[in-house]
Amino acid sequence: MTAVAVSEAEVLAGVAPRIATVRRIVEAAFETSTYWVTLDDPVDRAAYRFRPGQINMIGIPGVGEVPISVSSDAALPGRLGHTIRSCGKVTNRFRALKPGDKVTIRGPFGRPWPVAEARGGDLLIVAGGLGLAPVRPAIYEAIRTRDMFRRVIVLVGARGPEHMLFRRELEIWLHWMRFRGIEAHLAVDVADDAWPYTEGLVTSLYPKADIDPKVTTAFTCGPEIMMWFAARGMVKLGIPERRIWLSTERNMHCGVRLCGHCQLGPYFVCADGPVFRWDEIGHLMGVEEL
Amino acid sequence: MFSLDRDGLDRLLRLLADQGYEVVGPTVRDGAIVLDRIDGIADLPAGVREEQGPATYGIVRTGDGRLFDWAHGPDSGKRFLFPPREVLSATRIANGDTAVMPAPLPDVRYAFLGLRACDLAAIEVQDRVFMVADPAYRQRREAAVLIGVNCRLPGSTCFCSSMGSGPRCTIGFDLVLTELEDGFTVEAGTARGEGLVAALGLADSTPDEEAASLAVTTQAEGRMGRTLDTSDLPDLLYRNREHPRWDEVAARCLTCTNCTMVCPTCFCHDVVETVSITGDAAERSREWASCFTEEFSHTAAGAVRHSARSRYRQWLSHKFAAWIDQFGMSGCVGCGRCITWCPVGIDVTEEVAAIRATDGAVKEEVRA
Repeated sequence: MTAVAVSEAEVLAGVAPRIATVRRIVEAAFETSTYWVTLDDPVDRAAYRFRPGQINMIGIPGVGEVPISVSSDAALPGRLGHTIRSCGKVTNRFRALKPGDKVTIRGPFGRPWPVAEARGGDLLIVAGGLGLAPVRPAIYEAIRTRDMFRRVIVLVGARGPEHMLFRRELEIWLHWMRFRGIEAHLAVDVADDAWPYTEGLVTSLYPKADIDPKVTTAFTCGPEIMMWFAARGMVKLGIPERRIWLSTERNMHCGVRLCGHCQLGPYFVCADGPVFRWDEIGHLMGVEEL
Repeated sequence: MFSLDRDGLDRLLRLLADQGYEVVGPTVRDGAIVLDRIDGIADLPAGVREEQGPATYGIVRTGDGRLFDWAHGPDSGKRFLFPPREVLSATRIANGDTAVMPAPLPDVRYAFLGLRACDLAAIEVQDRVFMVADPAYRQRREAAVLIGVNCRLPGSTCFCSSMGSGPRCTIGFDLVLTELEDGFTVEAGTARGEGLVAALGLADSTPDEEAASLAVTTQAEGRMGRTLDTSDLPDLLYRNREHPRWDEVAARCLTCTNCTMVCPTCFCHDVVETVSITGDAAERSREWASCFTEEFSHTAAGAVRHSARSRYRQWLSHKFAAWIDQFGMSGCVGCGRCITWCPVGIDVTEEVAAIRATDGAVKEEVRA
């Protein structure tokens, strides 16, 4: 790996917080909501672009900032969706926000999902729990450019039905995806009586998906332990390590490889990641507390 | 080389002050040699020697007039160029309107006197971290005059010659002085340094003075307190992530963060937000942070590094291995401050040597 310096333009775009207004707040799952925001400055709003998988530092003035990947469609960068579970000092304050409130945005930061690398073959997306949010823009892009791929397979898992992200829109979305030739399967670890899909870990969906390892490029995102099993399962199926990509999570304060919090071995997750290739970080993920 | 007498040093300090620099140099305070604002040669630690060792620091007054016969206290240039707390931006919230204003760039111009070879090397290390991405650091750094002083008496925890950064100052200085029996030799490293030499009207040094100047650092090399074998160091640490030594050192480590605070290259920091009691003004600032705290690696799923073992491993592996991947140079300059100021005297050179001695050992739970 070679160190890549952050360019001055990136710094200017990244370091200076921009004011944005909350437009809509949609409940996405248990304790989790998607916050739709638009940048206040019309020039910024028109110029802002992100790529699927990239992160914004979104903050509440006087409270703090958190790194959140953009969960909305990259083709519509005028409205940005950030799906946030309330579990800490800053994210709990997000629950008190209402439409019209101001937030700050810095970003986008980091290496995106290499959606183009899957072209010509099969794209396999495996998401667990909140991990569906960072890959959702990649799914949107796959839908938009569906003809570029042979098959597009989306496997989504969660702890239980109430933790399944975007549950309400997922039902509609599933039919919509099927209509566009996208195969989607859902699983929860523990189902209730109303759950019509699979009960089991997300990796238990692999046989159902009938994956062709020779032509598959895989993206996986979720809790680290889930990605560990998901990626190793893919390797076992015969998908080359160089075509398995995963998105990692670390503490972040700056987004521009300055603050040091997000280090994972030699990498700064904010800039070298969050998306990594399995052969880059598989050996690091196996080390506890690295 | 040029020749400078003690009066000349005083003239140099006054010249810098006249040019608008805030002169920062070594001075004795609270029983240690610290870097602080100095007004003249009288503030320098004349006749002061240091006693350093693992978890040991003390000063001794000999009564002689030598100004630089010590290694270094806890301070380095870091405290000034990358201050412990710095405001990044201010936010005003009024009548439903929110405005963010970036903090103005600093206009302070520091002139450092008495930086050691390790301190100058450490500034080069931090340059690679901050120079591009941090305008405030760049402003302070580019405005600063760096005057090094070569070490005659390295401390017992010093190992700069192992890290290739000393004891003679070779990079990063505008001027470097070497204290002789009577006066100093001066070398200029930059045009700014040459300008100062010209402004003082210094004469060329004699061949005898030049020989004496070189002898100072040659002898210092022989007095180096510690050594560290750097061969294959990144891979040694990378392949020994489950070495039992990490548990052994964690049993002693208090995770107090002293080592990261005195380290002249440690750059990790928090970005913290404070708000006025009226709620209409907020400030975002950064503060030195340490990878030895549990909250440092906190995520929504809890801390990544909850054991002392993993935090010590992170620090040492970052300093000696990952730093090279990230910035193309080692994060350690061999100043030994982390050894001196560790309250339990943990010695990085000893820890690396212990891992090297039993390279490939794996702690039992992992092997099973």
